[in-house]
Amino acid sequence: MIDWLLEPLRHEFNQRALLAALLIGFTNGYASAFVVLKKSALKVGSLSHALLPGIAVAILVAGLQDWSAFLGALIAALLIGLGSLAVSRGSRIDQDSALAILYTAAFSGGIILLRRLQVAQEMDEWLFGNIMGMRDGDLWTNFWISLGSLGLLTALHRPLLMTLFDAEVAATLGVPVRLLNYLLLAILIVVLISSLQAVGCMLALGLLVTPAATIYLLTDSTNTLFWGGSLLGGLASAAAVLIGWWLNLEQGPTIVLVLGAIFLAAFVFSPKYGLIRHFFGKPVNS
Amino acid sequence: MIHETHDTNGHCNHHHELVVESLGVRYRAVRALEDVSFSTSCGACVALVGSNGAGKSTLLKAIAGLLPIECGRILWRGTKVSKWSREIAYLPQREDVDWKFPITVRGVVRMGRYPNAGWWRPFSKVDEAAVDKALVAMDLTDLENRQISQLSGGQQQRVFLARALAQEAHALLLDEPFTGLDRTSKAALATVLRELAAQGRLVVASHHDLDTVKDVYDEVLLLKRKTIGFGSVSEVFTEENLNKTFGSLAGDGKEVA
Repeated sequence: MIDWLLEPLRHEFNQRALLAALLIGFTNGYASAFVVLKKSALKVGSLSHALLPGIAVAILVAGLQDWSAFLGALIAALLIGLGSLAVSRGSRIDQDSALAILYTAAFSGGIILLRRLQVAQEMDEWLFGNIMGMRDGDLWTNFWISLGSLGLLTALHRPLLMTLFDAEVAATLGVPVRLLNYLLLAILIVVLISSLQAVGCMLALGLLVTPAATIYLLTDSTNTLFWGGSLLGGLASAAAVLIGWWLNLEQGPTIVLVLGAIFLAAFVFSPKYGLIRHFFGKPVNS
Repeated sequence: MIHETHDTNGHCNHHHELVVESLGVRYRAVRALEDVSFSTSCGACVALVGSNGAGKSTLLKAIAGLLPIECGRILWRGTKVSKWSREIAYLPQREDVDWKFPITVRGVVRMGRYPNAGWWRPFSKVDEAAVDKALVAMDLTDLENRQISQLSGGQQQRVFLARALAQEAHALLLDEPFTGLDRTSKAALATVLRELAAQGRLVVASHHDLDTVKDVYDEVLLLKRKTIGFGSVSEVFTEENLNKTFGSLAGDGKEVA
């Protein structure tokens, strides 16, 4: 039994996958607190889909390299984000609709293009990730992305939180609100890209929302939200990778499924904001 | 920038002036304010009165520097108000605040020290002392670790006032501070606002309950996109002026939102 449980850890690529899951889960978990507080999950979801056509075009232009895929994804997400803004400002269509139109169209183009390119990856890997296929180089790329985005988010923590809590008051106190909003979106896009290999562009959103949303049901403390989200993201992702081996399940979807199950548990059982408390407990407000 | 700092809850000896001169503000094609002029100074408690869409919130936001000005100017201490953002505190309408945000009473009040502490610098003893003082002044010390949704309406309003005190603001701009408060909280808030003005701060608040204007404020600005009247409550807050401000509405009911 023990042997069967530990068997996967003997292989180097498995160890790498476990490490990657911890790292990516931790970074996404930390960043997810911002997504939840910003209430911008759907916008981020649209941008995650925009990554795919970016990668396809990048491969077409420059071939498949780490930097080309990364750059292509980044540019595509920015183009679609700014494009939706331009459409909403220049017409009577609201930004959410514009975003939906742009990203689904781009995504469709990406799928068609990607199928015709000569790359080793299966379509499934782009859509749902392949954490087992990680090489040492990928792990290092992820490490630097994580370090950079965690560093920036931590450095900007105070003005960012003020902006998210009340942008107008923050502005009157001298916080550069607009700049910070753009910066935050840019960082979130980079974090999305880093999780691409683990969960793919269809599921990246789950990893970038669920951890902090779960903790949000359990705490009123901002610090707990951030660090709890990070820990939950990292540990749940690593656990999901193990579960994937033992039960022979696809790792990417398993990660998001495990996070979803934990969220459901918090939703029902949270001592403060759970469903049971809501119906049978005394009200929280005194 | 040399200026005497405001004691967090002490009396102030200065007498700064707020001057609004033929102010015009527009949202795209809609003109929200037109040729609004008035001037007031520290120590006054000013009510902004007008119907919905008369431009009360717009005026407050323009003074706070949140909206671009189309024409005219707003001066504080004789120079453009945007230079003095830290001396002017803006308190949003309660319904515009995300009360579920995971932040404590103390956390909100600490935000007032941001102009001092900046993006990274840890809070100094002076900063923490200012926060403590503001909490004491607004009688929130026992509640400092509460999440902000677990407060009554009156307490929530006091949290934002405490933040303004921690900011050492000279002028407080409040958007409908009395809306949604029960009678006791309203009376308590009125006392607090009068005290703040008596300490030498300028209090400007939009207000829609016409019955209580006389009890709370000493000056009133009647607004209907333009200035209908400005001056002491006893002189300006008259039946005739109110009819002009609210059109035919004033006769129908006293509560005009």
